[in-house]
Amino acid sequence: MSFSIRAWTPMLEVSWNRRFLPSPAVSIAWAVLMLIGGYAFIVPWVTNVDLLSADFARSGLAPGAGGLFGTDSAGHDLFIRVAAGLRISLTIALTTAVGSSLFGMLLGILAGMTGGWVDRTITRLMDGMNALPHVLLGVIIVSLFRGSLLAIVASLVLTHWIQIARIVRAQILGLRHAEYVEAAWLSGMSRWQIIWYHLVPASLGQSMIGLVLLIPHAIWHESTLSFLGIGLSVHKASLGTLLADAQGALLLGQWWLLVFPSLFLIAVTLSIGIVGTNLTGRMNGVRGSI
Amino acid sequence: MEWGLAHGMRSKIGRGNSVGMLHERWRRRRHDILVMVARRFGFLIPLLVLVTIGVFALAAVSPYDPLDAYMDGRAGELSIAQQAKLVTELRLDTPWYLTWWEWISSLFRGELGISRSYYQPVAQVLRDRLPWTLLLGVTGLMISVVVSLLLGAIAGFRPQSLISRSIGVLTIILQATPPFVLALSALGLFALSLHWAPTGGLTYPGQPIGFASTVRHLLVPGLVLGVTQIPWLVLSLKDSIAEVLTSDAVRGARVRGIPYPMILRRHVLPTALPPFIALVGARLPELVVGSVLVETIFAWPGLGSALVRSAQSLDFPLLTFLTLAITMLVLIGNLLADVIYVVLDPRVDADA
Repeated sequence: MSFSIRAWTPMLEVSWNRRFLPSPAVSIAWAVLMLIGGYAFIVPWVTNVDLLSADFARSGLAPGAGGLFGTDSAGHDLFIRVAAGLRISLTIALTTAVGSSLFGMLLGILAGMTGGWVDRTITRLMDGMNALPHVLLGVIIVSLFRGSLLAIVASLVLTHWIQIARIVRAQILGLRHAEYVEAAWLSGMSRWQIIWYHLVPASLGQSMIGLVLLIPHAIWHESTLSFLGIGLSVHKASLGTLLADAQGALLLGQWWLLVFPSLFLIAVTLSIGIVGTNLTGRMNGVRGSI
Repeated sequence: MEWGLAHGMRSKIGRGNSVGMLHERWRRRRHDILVMVARRFGFLIPLLVLVTIGVFALAAVSPYDPLDAYMDGRAGELSIAQQAKLVTELRLDTPWYLTWWEWISSLFRGELGISRSYYQPVAQVLRDRLPWTLLLGVTGLMISVVVSLLLGAIAGFRPQSLISRSIGVLTIILQATPPFVLALSALGLFALSLHWAPTGGLTYPGQPIGFASTVRHLLVPGLVLGVTQIPWLVLSLKDSIAEVLTSDAVRGARVRGIPYPMILRRHVLPTALPPFIALVGARLPELVVGSVLVETIFAWPGLGSALVRSAQSLDFPLLTFLTLAITMLVLIGNLLADVIYVVLDPRVDADA
């Protein structure tokens, strides 16, 4: 016995180190995320520039003459506009992710706990919603409630809760007959007590990871809607609105209006994706491929 | 115990009366597939009806004002009496579910209504634009399938090589790039900087539609649309090829000395291809979204740009019909991919 334990110990140490020391890619992703978060929340707050007034003397200046990122057609410093746009995009995405997770957990727990026709209905609903083109639904809802922040978030939540609900439902179906849940039943806990004290905490970890992975998705959806000109009003420009401006600016050769918002959009998506995949890997005890 | 020999022996033993057995098995399977298609339609048609009901209900509670839309936003200039007269004439005072019922019954009679943003019947908009959307969509789909087959095969056969690692990094970055960023970058690079391609549209201004100019205008949008779908397809194909290559079946076949091309044809292709096709089907909604964005950016006269225009100007008849039509297109394409999957892969049950 002692022989086998000694033989296994080095392997355990290796896997411990490899699992808990993040790879360079993951460390970089975290650093980028922190930097972008800081940029998005500190720059608009510190500079406090009125983005509604225009200064046409400074319109369309290239990076260098017009600040770090250049200026847009209304003479705004793009460095500040991108930060403000990022802040709005991130806020909407976070709200959406939290809302979808709550909604998804609620329906997932309901489906997993009750079974029977409730479960069948919810599963059918998930299949149906999943089959539909999500952005199309978003386009309809948002165009009917033009410029409403609530409508944007609602349209995103409507199409994003399914993933979380699936995860939670599967988890609860697996746990329903676990020994400690059976023991809780026998000790006289009610159904809702079991849900609250045993099942919600058990499914929380997976849901949190699902939440993180929803954020880039939500940023994409929102920026798509804003890009199409039916999302937020111009006063609340998100990254998508900035990129819609970029299309016209591109024809004038103002490449910086495309490059900087795009870079931040890609960097945010990429770093959250890497971090989220890494978290999933850790949760499942495997080191992700990234 | 999965020795390759057993596999070979089984096929030899089965050869005795294999024609009859195969025929019987295929007949049963065809029946299963027909049942699957029927069941899926039994699910999809109520789903589509529910979506249209949802859209009409939403429109009823939204700030959208059909009278104002009819007057192009100038309903306020009318007197109260004129407004009331118009409301009864246009039957705007009926509850939304009756409006929905009238809409859907006239849909079955073939009357699609009149588009306000194009000043044309909806049917005419559809007739003018559907072929161009299909052309762009099929081009994009073909480009993405061919390129991903190529890249996925390269990456799957040599997972550790430098080239397959660079493909991996490239796909991850592409996955994080929204379609409209890609399309705008392509527009800036190929059309505005290098002047290799026109900036958009179907022909050069004032010229008739010809084959050569259409191809020139199609190339960049089709390429962008194809590239938006490539990362997902490549990643999945790479994984499934790598998995088959390390499987016992392939190892056994190699031990028996079966030539490599034969292994590819008999083991790798049949196992790796069906999930790939199913994924192509599952990605169809994303292809449609990509097509909407690409059409908008390159001013391609298809249904996608019509959808955006109808949403921007709240052209309700066109918007609802296009939603229904595009959703139907996606659902049918999805079903088609699933049927191909089941036909190609005998291990999959046709009861999903």
